[in-house]
Amino acid sequence: MAEEKKQEFWRWTESNWKNPDIDWKDAKFVTSGIDVGSVSSQAVIMTDGEIFAYGNMRTGSDSPDSARNALKFAMEATDMPEDRMDYCVGTGYGRVNVPFADRTITEIACHARGANFIYGPEVRTVLDIGGQDIKAIQCDEKGKVTNFIMNDKCAAGTGRGMEVFSDLLGVPINYVGDRSFDVKEEPQPVSSTCVVYAKSEATSLLRKGWSTEEVLAAYCSAMADRIYSLVERVGVEPEFAVTGGLAKNRGVMDRLMPMVGLKRMKTKWDTQIAGGVGAALFGYALCQKGKGRKK
Amino acid sequence: MLANYGYKDASGDFFITIDTDICNGCGDCVSACPADIFEVMDEDPNDPLRDEPVAVVSADKKKKLKYECNPCKPASERPPLPCVEACKAGAISHSW
Repeated sequence: MAEEKKQEFWRWTESNWKNPDIDWKDAKFVTSGIDVGSVSSQAVIMTDGEIFAYGNMRTGSDSPDSARNALKFAMEATDMPEDRMDYCVGTGYGRVNVPFADRTITEIACHARGANFIYGPEVRTVLDIGGQDIKAIQCDEKGKVTNFIMNDKCAAGTGRGMEVFSDLLGVPINYVGDRSFDVKEEPQPVSSTCVVYAKSEATSLLRKGWSTEEVLAAYCSAMADRIYSLVERVGVEPEFAVTGGLAKNRGVMDRLMPMVGLKRMKTKWDTQIAGGVGAALFGYALCQKGKGRKK
Repeated sequence: MLANYGYKDASGDFFITIDTDICNGCGDCVSACPADIFEVMDEDPNDPLRDEPVAVVSADKKKKLKYECNPCKPASERPPLPCVEACKAGAISHSW
């Protein structure tokens, strides 16, 4: 029997990282934030409010396992024993399934707080594009939420939709952004907002003789339209920051930002860890307030 | 904080907004709503460092608002919404 050979175009790179400048032995409080999303899981370990290590990987079918694996992946980069952890906060869609979390906090609060940390306190509008939801958040200089909206009923405009398209068109997900600009002129966006219908629309466009790049461009701009309609509802205030995996896709980002009319902030950090960073920071704040774990 | 609960889909925008700075967590909306959409939580889930009770839209209802709220929103003559009327502070508003 012929061996089945299948390339997973949607597969993005998992990574872990440790801050070489921090020694965990000096830390007063070590807190962790575990963000179990629908597509990816992140574990962020912070020492006294500074990022010490993180791991970012794909969520499997089992949320408790994903949480454990992400934390293990982050710990791999360090030489710290796991029981040094003072407090652990679970967040994200699968937050109730983090068995070792001391408490859970919604991803809305965590993303605002995390964006405030990784982008700086100037951030007022945070757009988080996750695997299966979009959140538009306004926050103050402390990262406290002042207005939010979340769409988690429909997959249109989410990371999952982009995975479906990268798989359909056979373009590895990391190249989608660049390839989508490889067109002579910008095509009309696909008209369907639903991922399933957009996929069948794309198939018929391909039959009509559109190139892969043109279909990608049409889908990226449809996603940008869709995302903007949600952002518009909470309103846009500078500075504007984007978190989540889609922030790495310039096909959508470079089409979205002209609609928003602002430049998006830059960061040295992985945009996918914002939720985990926020969760770990809440853990740190709770420890400082004396509400940490009773040992 | 303006907490927008609900969703947007191909048929429109369906959001209930609760202004948590105004809401005092009295729970009048909970008893007024015939569809049991609201609940009062001891702590705002989206503002974990503030320990004040606040009304929220239940997690299992927020994706069905179009249908849950439908009986209070007849197409012809529309009486005031029970939740909006019950909230003395004026913290609740609907987008549709």
